[in-house]
Amino acid sequence: MDIFSIVFYLFAVIIVVSAAIVVMSKNIMYSAFSLLFTFFGVAGIYVLLNADFIAVTQIMIYIGGILILIIFGVMLTSRITGVDIKSGTTGKVQIAFAGVISLVIAITLIFLFANTKWFTSELKPHQSTIEDIGKELLTNYLLAFEVASVLLLIAIIGAAFIARRKS
Amino acid sequence: MDIIWTLLEALIKAVVILTLILLFAAALGVWAERKISAWIQNRIGPNRVGPFGLLQPFADVFKLFMKEDLIPKAADKTFHRIAPIITLGIAISVYAVIPFAGDVQIGDKVYHMGIAPDLNIGILFVLALTSVGVYGITLAGWSSNNKYSLLGGLRSSAQMISYELSMGLALVGVLLIAGSLSLNDIVGKQDVIWRWNVIFQPLGFILFLVSSFAETNRTPFDLPEAEPELVGGYNTEYSGMKFGMFFLAEYANMATASAIMVLLYFGGWQLPIPAEWLGLQQGSISLAIVQFLNFMLKIALFVFFFIWVRWTVPRFRYDQLMNLGWKVLLPLALLNVLLTAIGIWILK
Repeated sequence: MDIFSIVFYLFAVIIVVSAAIVVMSKNIMYSAFSLLFTFFGVAGIYVLLNADFIAVTQIMIYIGGILILIIFGVMLTSRITGVDIKSGTTGKVQIAFAGVISLVIAITLIFLFANTKWFTSELKPHQSTIEDIGKELLTNYLLAFEVASVLLLIAIIGAAFIARRKS
Repeated sequence: MDIIWTLLEALIKAVVILTLILLFAAALGVWAERKISAWIQNRIGPNRVGPFGLLQPFADVFKLFMKEDLIPKAADKTFHRIAPIITLGIAISVYAVIPFAGDVQIGDKVYHMGIAPDLNIGILFVLALTSVGVYGITLAGWSSNNKYSLLGGLRSSAQMISYELSMGLALVGVLLIAGSLSLNDIVGKQDVIWRWNVIFQPLGFILFLVSSFAETNRTPFDLPEAEPELVGGYNTEYSGMKFGMFFLAEYANMATASAIMVLLYFGGWQLPIPAEWLGLQQGSISLAIVQFLNFMLKIALFVFFFIWVRWTVPRFRYDQLMNLGWKVLLPLALLNVLLTAIGIWILK
């Protein structure tokens, strides 16, 4: 096994194990914290694929932004109000139902994975991807870029409006 | 076999840099804080352990190691243990991308003076790690199961998230001028004193300076540990070396923030005058040593500034802090990006 595969499997194990903890842990704080390692593992895979910019944005946005907000939410709800949020046990019917759905999704994904023609580039990896990403975003994908930014702006204004309405 | 040598080289560099940080940034930082605060308040300061009390920080760390390590009964033990490790670990990891001197050429091999100073997303890596640093403080506050700790943790995460924005936007001005995200390139462009970024980016520098005070939780923005209202803030329930790790991390962070400011705005390891004037050759070991000392001196000046501010400026109120961050610094940072962009467009 070459070094590339070793590193890949290392990150893969981190992602799968921490993702399993996210789903299975009964303590919601452990779930939220375990998600941190899932995001880190994914960022590691991006680095391995020479997508340095995406890897860093993954850390900045998901770990530095979104996950912090999730942990904030958990911290403020589960301890201050005095009620521990823990996921309870579910009935057998629900487990069977969920199991069937998961199985179907898993089979579909494996089927798709096996039948897709994966595109492998013959080009050498770029020294830096940032320049290309910047140029593409402001030329070929300008519309998508602007639409996304307007959408985010609407979300910010909406959030501020909802938060201020009471006073 | 190549990869093993690369790893070994990185490992040796990491050990050297780690020792440097813990010894100089943390230990000397603590000593300097106590001595300078004493000087400002007309006291003598530590003067018993070693010459001028220089060994005081080591005595302090030894004392902290010997102390009993208490974990409150109601605390979440796992997170209580992890939190200081995250805080100190993240504070130290930033040094992976910091260049300490120019490249040195020995034979026909070129050595970088740093672990990965050429990383082409260097400055983004620093920002990403800073945003992860919030976790240590948040988790410490939450896991202690103590109202004061929780409030301290919440305050600090809200503060760090808010000031990260203006910090990132203030940086954009430098990036526009340098045209690169690699710290080595940014420093390379500032080879003499009149090409230092602080001359082109005075507003950006001031914004970055204020934001770094908030990011490192130093006075006047040390709301997370405001003693009169919060007892001790997020680290109230910590004792022994775990408290020591938070303490060391604070000084390591201060040194990091100083190093980043020096690299971005004050030419990093570059000398104020061209190296040729001193008769030193590019790529020689003697030049690298001079550059390294020059870099350390600049960092020390900034650390002194951090300490000076702490002992002269009173603490902000929490609403003032948030108002300053969102209503003053953020619009100014946006203005700075606009002005820089227009300036570059006209000059091109």
